[in-house]
Amino acid sequence: MLQTSSNQHPVTASGLVKFVETSAGRIDILQRIDLTVSPGEAVAILGASGSGKSTLLGLLAGLDEASSGEVRLFGTSLGDLDEDGRAALRAGKVGFVFQSFQLLSGMTALENVMLPLELAGERGAEAAAKAALTAAGLSQRLHHYPSQLSGGEQQRVALARAFAPDPQVLFADEPTANLDAHTGETVADLLFSLQEQSDTVLILVTHDEMLARRCDRRLYLRDGVLENGA
Amino acid sequence: MNAFQFALRLLRRDWRAGELRLLASALVIAVASVTSVGFFTDRIERAMARQASEVLAADLRIESNRPLPEILVAEAERLKLPYARTLSFPSVILHRDTTQLVQVKAVSQGYPLRGQMRVRDSVDGEDREAVTVPASGEVWLEERLLPLLNITLGDSIKLGKRSFKVARIITYEPDRSANLFRLAPRLMVPTGDIGETGLLGPASRVRHYLLLAGPPSLMDDYRRWAEALDIGGVEVEDIRSARPELRSALDQGGRFLRLAAATAILLCMVAVALSSRRFVERQSDSSALIRCLGASRREVVQIFIVRLLGLGLIASLIGVLAGLGVQTLLIRLVGHWFSSQIPAPTAWPLVSGMITGILVLIGFSLPSIIRLGAVPPLRVFRRHLDAPPISYLLFLAAALLSLSILLIWQIGDDKMALRLIGGLLAGLAILLLISRMLVYLLAPLRNLTAGSWRYGLASLSRNPATTSIQLTGFGLGFTVLLLLAIVRVDLLASWQGALPDDSPNQFLINIQPQEVDAVDALLAQGGIKTNGLFPMIRGRLVSIDGNPVSRDNYENPRAQRLATRDFNISHATQPQSDNKIVSGNWWTETQLHEAWFSVEQGLAETLGIPLGAELEFEIAGSRVKGRVENLRTVEWDSFNVNFFVIGTPGLLGARPATYITSFYLPKEKRRLLHTLVQRFPSITALDVTALMTQVRTIMDRGALAVESVFLFTLAAGLVLLYAGIQASHELKAQETAVLRTLGVKRSVLLLSTLLEFALLGGLAGLVSAALASAISYSLAHAVFNLPWQLDLSMWFSALLFGALCVGIAGTLASRTLLNTPPLVTMRKI
Ligand SMILES: Nc1ncnc2c1ncn2[C@@H]1O[C@H](COP(=O)(O)OP(=O)(O)OP(=O)(O)O)[C@@H](O)[C@H]1O
Ligand SMILES: [Mg+2]
Repeated sequence: MLQTSSNQHPVTASGLVKFVETSAGRIDILQRIDLTVSPGEAVAILGASGSGKSTLLGLLAGLDEASSGEVRLFGTSLGDLDEDGRAALRAGKVGFVFQSFQLLSGMTALENVMLPLELAGERGAEAAAKAALTAAGLSQRLHHYPSQLSGGEQQRVALARAFAPDPQVLFADEPTANLDAHTGETVADLLFSLQEQSDTVLILVTHDEMLARRCDRRLYLRDGVLENGA
Repeated sequence: MNAFQFALRLLRRDWRAGELRLLASALVIAVASVTSVGFFTDRIERAMARQASEVLAADLRIESNRPLPEILVAEAERLKLPYARTLSFPSVILHRDTTQLVQVKAVSQGYPLRGQMRVRDSVDGEDREAVTVPASGEVWLEERLLPLLNITLGDSIKLGKRSFKVARIITYEPDRSANLFRLAPRLMVPTGDIGETGLLGPASRVRHYLLLAGPPSLMDDYRRWAEALDIGGVEVEDIRSARPELRSALDQGGRFLRLAAATAILLCMVAVALSSRRFVERQSDSSALIRCLGASRREVVQIFIVRLLGLGLIASLIGVLAGLGVQTLLIRLVGHWFSSQIPAPTAWPLVSGMITGILVLIGFSLPSIIRLGAVPPLRVFRRHLDAPPISYLLFLAAALLSLSILLIWQIGDDKMALRLIGGLLAGLAILLLISRMLVYLLAPLRNLTAGSWRYGLASLSRNPATTSIQLTGFGLGFTVLLLLAIVRVDLLASWQGALPDDSPNQFLINIQPQEVDAVDALLAQGGIKTNGLFPMIRGRLVSIDGNPVSRDNYENPRAQRLATRDFNISHATQPQSDNKIVSGNWWTETQLHEAWFSVEQGLAETLGIPLGAELEFEIAGSRVKGRVENLRTVEWDSFNVNFFVIGTPGLLGARPATYITSFYLPKEKRRLLHTLVQRFPSITALDVTALMTQVRTIMDRGALAVESVFLFTLAAGLVLLYAGIQASHELKAQETAVLRTLGVKRSVLLLSTLLEFALLGGLAGLVSAALASAISYSLAHAVFNLPWQLDLSMWFSALLFGALCVGIAGTLASRTLLNTPPLVTMRKI
């Protein structure tokens, strides 16, 4: 019974709590988070700086362990898995876009996009990567290194990399925060058009109200709790 | 996922992107230097050995008192080894009414296998290399035989039952015995004619020799094979056993060359350690990202290991090929120093170069790679998250293991390797401690200074990890280089000191007691300084601890010879200056009347004479008994007068003795010798100039080899310098960009960089001077047998040298950072 319900919900969180112990004492970041994301849905998580948005994203993607509560990714409870198990669960099914681009400086744009495909052992990685970059409007920049690309171009490469393996869920952490308004707009256009085409679940963290409006649902993170609407 | 394929793909990308350039070039140069030093030392060492083997006229010599079994020759033929036979025995020549004792030597075609024999075709002609041996019916002889027999070239003489034509004068014979007291002049005939002389009767005292030459491995094989045959009375000798006076020089030279190769390895290790750390540090992001995309920790580690191993293989391969090229060049430069041809390179340095490269890479980067697997994937959100620092113990253990394997293997001398490893470990600990202290001390200091000083000091204390890594890297590098320099200077000094220009080249023997004062006066008058005139008594060893001495007690021909031969014995109140008492005690003033002997250690071993043994000698018809009170070593290569056995004056003072002395006779004073021999006809003068030249040449060649190898390791040090400076490149780039955006002037930054690196280099220089002194002290005593002296001026030079080198190189390397706009630098970080 649980199986079917989670099949319908690629990402769920219930009673999620996260605190960290520091030398200065305990910091409670997330108090109690409940979240259910439906297939194909685009969810925006908004919040002030330091409210815990990135922390939440890390927990949902299985990059970090919750203090208590449960996260299920594709129906599997992450609490039952060790770090390698969580990585295996992500392989080929989860994409990421980060605020500070995370392109590898030693690889060209094409190679950066090929990375997740090769890691998944897919054949035809190069063709798929080229197609993804072309879709991102970068067919002319395949062999450039990140230091030779502008911020907007780098972020478009990151989008191409995230979508190339055709992931079921895409986690995006402030993908436009480092860009000027106009470039941010182009990147956002690309993000949503790719998302619609591939019917990928999008969990987008931002403090940009305009960007959030383009999602199906908006949630606000305040004092460690998620709230609906404004 | 196929981690292997994926890793190789990444490697190809790293390569193209230049990510691996520093590590790869450190590795290539390191392997190249290890290989070329390896090749070079290997070939030079063999050339030195070959030059030295001239004194045997062969690489291996088999000696026996009986005709040599044919199987020995058959084996040489089977192995296609060049060989020659010689025989030697004393005989008497009867010519008209004179008789003369001669030492006959019969030689076969091919003699000498090593070195050359020189001859003159006429009494006053020039000497030249003899390309053949005497033809059938010919004898060649030593010049002094001509007046003694009253003959000249072209005359006929009879040896035994056969007549020979006197054809040539022998001026130099490479394997002429080093025994100064072999008085009988040389007569050389071809082996083919010796049967007809009828002199090889059963009672004759003939020594048979088989000379062999060939590559060391074959020589070793042959030697082992021959010794396993266990033929009684047969002795297998190489240069080391035959000429002990050269052995120490050769051994020291060989050890030095191996120390040099080890130094190159150490320098390379530190360089690789520094640059692999930098490479790995830059890979945290990619590790986090790959984990994020679904790779397990093990896969990440696998990917990096395959990548690094691939790099190791490629770089090592390029390195060994480059090394091969460099050594060819080196040999071309120095090859002509050696009279013999330099032996061809063996493949071994190629293999060992490859293994070295990979071992170094693994030993120094494996812990960092394992750490890469521990980079938390959450780093993609939080940049400051990184893997927990590597356990120091793990890092040390891996580094130490690969270091020990390499050093013990390359040096091939556990004693030296262990001392070196111990010294370096202590050095590492000290350097780490000092860098910690430095960071603490500088922090308050930087607030007291201003301008360039302030930025320079700040930079050092702000990045304690980088500072300590650089200080340790430079410190260890300087230490091994200084160590090599110290040993080199001591070694060369000791070689030159072994045979100073004025070491004795003339011996006078057979001086009668009543002539002693007159000879002494005559020499003093001529301005000749001797070490004194020593009494010499002929005596035969009759028994040891009551057991009669006979040649049948001994297997070894040398022992047999010594057992039957008359000894030259002396008495003295003091030992000669080059003698060292190794067990027991020399007698004091009050013990001069005791019945005691002092015996040379080597002789005691050969004849089996323990300390405290009761020796009985037969001297001029009567028996003399005494106890062995001490054993001593003698520097035979000093060419001083020395004796195997010395007794107390009380024991031997009353025995009939003749006197012997040695001194340096400059060319222009040769007339003095004529006067002397005319006035005292019974005295025999022996000229050992040729022998000394031989020893000197070998040592000179060794010295040149040592110098060139040293220069080469210096070049390996440059790589280390580069890698060390690069270790802080990223940090410097960041800092410089920030400071420049904040408006700090370029000149201030340039000076602060200079100060920072000069401080690092100077400190590393000073610490390494102390370390190198300590290690060299330990090596000088235990390994090289060299005297050691504390040299404080070296400490000062090391400080200055370190500060200058690192300061200038560091500033030059950072100059580009100051010249590029801060924005460009920032984007690349
Ligand atoms: N490991 C940690 N140790 C200490 N504090 C932490 C740790 N992780 C997160 N925090 C704190 O938790 C809070 C939330 O951090 P988080 O990065 O999730 O915020 P954010 O909403 O993404 O902010 P921003 O919009 O600036 O990116 C911050 O105050 C941060 O300092
Ligand atoms: Mg954030």
